[in-house]
Amino acid sequence: MHEWALAEGVISTATRVAGEQGIQKITEINVGIGDLQQIEHDIFLFALEQLRTPNIKDAKFTLQAIKGKLNCRVCGEEWEFSNRDMDEETSEAIHFVPEMAHVYIKCPSCESPDFEVLEGRGVILASISGVKEDS
Amino acid sequence: MASALAIRLKEQGQNVGLLDLDFTSPSSHVILGIEGLYPEEEYGIIPPMAHGLRYMSITFYSQDKPAPLRGADISDAIIELLAITRWGNLDYLIVDMPPGIGDATLDMIRLIERIRFLVVCTPSKVAYETVRKQIKLLHELNIPTIGIIENMVMKPTTYVSERAGEDNTTYLGSINYDPMLEDALGNVELLKKTEFYGSIRDLTEKIC
Repeated sequence: MHEWALAEGVISTATRVAGEQGIQKITEINVGIGDLQQIEHDIFLFALEQLRTPNIKDAKFTLQAIKGKLNCRVCGEEWEFSNRDMDEETSEAIHFVPEMAHVYIKCPSCESPDFEVLEGRGVILASISGVKEDS
Repeated sequence: MASALAIRLKEQGQNVGLLDLDFTSPSSHVILGIEGLYPEEEYGIIPPMAHGLRYMSITFYSQDKPAPLRGADISDAIIELLAITRWGNLDYLIVDMPPGIGDATLDMIRLIERIRFLVVCTPSKVAYETVRKQIKLLHELNIPTIGIIENMVMKPTTYVSERAGEDNTTYLGSINYDPMLEDALGNVELLKKTEFYGSIRDLTEKIC
């Protein structure tokens, strides 16, 4: 249920951004969910629904999965994250703190842990849409 | 120092959390002898209780393996931990920091509004040079500094206290090198019997 804390982060960030942009009522919230974080989409969406605030009460939530793309800083190899061969403990560590990928994952070509997560690290608030105060 | 300070504050009846933010060289779990604990997952993660402290360390996730993290990764991991950890009501959250003015220090300054720094220095010209830069940065950014404590003193010296005065920082005192401390690591009850811990008691009276 760690998804709840992440959903709280999305709601509070969306609320802050709406305030900064003068948006009174949010109509749409688009969230990117990186594969590394291995979020349960159903739980996450349920948490977002439960955490609705008055200015978000009618907003549509859209979740988009983002594939984990990794790039080795040493040999330049680029590959896609997969938890297929991971044990539960390792998978859970990366789920909670995606940077733990550097502890458990090595470049498939040169075995270096010095790689960059190009895409798909974690939860990002991709965009919000809404109605401004003066419109 | 951070671990002992947290234990002492708990001993005084405070609600205390201890967060080890030294991701590349975490050590508080060794000092406090913490094994077999794991955070509970409930609407976030709840740090386990260790010796009466709410305790969080990257070692829950990295285990005993090296965590070769670059700067941006350290920042992201710090933000992640701060975002998902539910500390509950605390009187103090003691953060065990890596030395210097790197990512962890900058992130704490950026993200924690009510932070105060207790600077620890060994009686060494080399160590003080690092500390001086940190103090200067904290002053420039108007970040509250409780003061500087001199640790592992083997012979009387006024070097650090004089420099602290020059750098407009409160010198809180010194803690003698305690040869018994090494044998007490991993055992909190033994730790409390050391001369080192006695000095921490005195320090706590001064600063809390």
